[in-house]
Parts: sequence; C-alpha cells; structure tokens
Amino acid sequence: MWKAALTGSLSSAATRTHKREVWSKRNRPAKTLYSEEEPQLRSPTKPTRSNPMISLANPTRFLALVGRVVPWLTALTLILLGLGLYLSLFVAPPDYQQGETVKIMFIHVPSAWLAMFGYMLIAISALGTLIWRHPLADVAAKTAAPIGATFTLIALVTGSLWGKPMWGTYWVWDARLTSVLILFLLYLGLIALWQSIEEPGRAGRAAAILALVGAVNVPIIHYSVVWWNTLHQPASVFRIGGPSIDPALLTPLFVMAIAFTLLFVLLHLIAMRAEILRRRVRALQQSQVERAALVEA
Amino acid sequence: MLDLGPHASFIIAAYAVTFVAVAALAVSIVEDDRKQQRILAELERKGIRRRSAEPKPTPGMPKSKGKAGA
Repeated sequence: MWKAALTGSLSSAATRTHKREVWSKRNRPAKTLYSEEEPQLRSPTKPTRSNPMISLANPTRFLALVGRVVPWLTALTLILLGLGLYLSLFVAPPDYQQGETVKIMFIHVPSAWLAMFGYMLIAISALGTLIWRHPLADVAAKTAAPIGATFTLIALVTGSLWGKPMWGTYWVWDARLTSVLILFLLYLGLIALWQSIEEPGRAGRAAAILALVGAVNVPIIHYSVVWWNTLHQPASVFRIGGPSIDPALLTPLFVMAIAFTLLFVLLHLIAMRAEILRRRVRALQQSQVERAALVEA
Repeated sequence: MLDLGPHASFIIAAYAVTFVAVAALAVSIVEDDRKQQRILAELERKGIRRRSAEPKPTPGMPKSKGKAGA
C-alpha cells in the first residue's frame, strides 16, 4: 500500500519536474535571426571570408561581386555562343537517320536542361527563403522564373518544330511533352504569384511554398521516358554506359550547353541586381512618403 | 551557302524562335537593370539615400536627422 503511495508521489513529482522543463523550454526567448536595426544584413553572425554564403548575404557585397563578374562573363558567354553556333551549323555532320534536323538538338536539348535547372534553382532558393531566410534567396528565385520560363518555351517550340519532320506531328500528349508543358505553366503561376502580392516578403514565402510543391514535377520530367511508353526518345547523353551520341555531334552539343548555361547565369545575375535595386528604390520611396506624412501631421 | 536539306524551314524556324526569345529576354533584363540604376541615382541626386550610403560625419560636423534606408 505504502509502496504504491510512494511510487505515485514519486511519479507525480517526476511529472511536475518534466512539466516545468517543458514549460521553460517553450518559454525560452527565441533566437533572433533578423536584426531590426540592420534589415539589409539579416545574418546572425558577422560575415567572414571563411563563409562565402553568409558573406554574400549582404546585398551590397553581392552587388559589388556582380559588377566585377558581369563583364568577364559576358565576354566568355559570347565567345562560347559563337563557337557553339559555328560547330552546330557548319561543322556537325548530318545524322544518319534524322539528317540535318539534328541541328535542332543543339538548341533544344540545352534549353530543356536549363528549363529543369531553372526550376531546381527556384526550389533550392525556396528552401533558402523558408528555412534559412537568406535575404537573397527570394531575389534569386523571383528572377530565375522568367529566365526558366523562356528556356522552357524554347524547349517546347523547338521540340515541336523537330517533331513535325521526324514524328509527323507537332504535338502529342505523351508523358515527356505534357510534363514539360506543366513545368511551363508552373513557371507562369510563380511569376503571376510574385506579381500579384505587392509586399516582397509575403510574395516570396507564398511563391516558395508553390515552388516546393511543383518541384515534384522535375523528377517526373526526367524519368517520364523510362516510366511510360513515350514518343520522345530516352536519355541519350547522361545514361549508364555513356552517351549513345557520336562524338562529332556530342562536342557541339556540350559547347552549346555550356554557352546556354553561362547565358542563364549571366542574365540571372543582372536580373538579381535589378531586383535588389528595385527593392531599395521601393524602400526609399516608402520612407519618403512616411516622412512627408509625419511633416504634414 | 549552308545546305540544310528538305527540312530547312523547320531548322531555320527553330533557330529564329530561339534567337528572338533569348534576345527579348536579354533586352528586357538589361533595360530593367538600367532603369532601376537610373531611378536610384535620381533619388540619390535629390539627397534621398540609405543610412549606410550616407557620408560619415566628420568631427565637429552636426549629425544628420537620419534619412531612412533599406
């Protein structure tokens, strides 16, 4: 009897101690990620050279880097685009089955890769917005959307123009084509969402959630030619056993892929700079309105 | 002259669409960048600038009342 009473009192004491611990944990002051005094530097630690991600969280530092990189990147992109176009149009031989229409591959395939790359960039940036609250993550995601949408549109149109002479039709509702069309619609939805919410922070969080939900489409696009019986050919470059394309066609394809990727990065950096400046202009104009209202009052 | 075979129109159309789309995208992005730089420069010319962009006060110089910034 007394044993049961002692056990009961001990267990109730243990429960009280546990409740106190839970209460103190719940009411512990939250760690602040944002500094109210310096909203432009939303980093809990001082930027150091050892951590470039934290260092680049400062938009001013990022803008300085963009200013240095853009001229060199422009020159490199133009050189590689020129070389890629020369190899594609004048050097690459016709395919033994597809003839000269294989030249469409040199713009269609890099565009399709960048369509998926752009969306993955947005999805990773969405994680940066929601989890790490990196100040440039939303800027990166928002500015990648129109670029990704353009490359997706190029992939769809050039694919269609390639399909007509080879398949006999511009369009079929097969898994690869339909999933890429869904990707294009996702891009348009994200752009519309960013445009429809005026406050950048709220727009960024809403778009980040949509971007993460839509990210499920990327592996579906990639594996659609494996999972379903499609008119579209299976993977022929990145596959087990190596590429099935002849090196004479593979070299121009890789040069064009690198050139298109550099073009994407270049345009993205410039668009990010424009977006950072737009947010600064908006903040300055808001502060002017607030000061004018104070003076009138 | 480049011989593109019987399907030349499809190849030319594909390259033309790509060129137009990329050029339109590049022009719109570069123009937007220049426009934002112009607006920001105009605001700064009027003396409206971010706190961090304001000149540091020299000793003996009265402190400014603080112009808000982003």
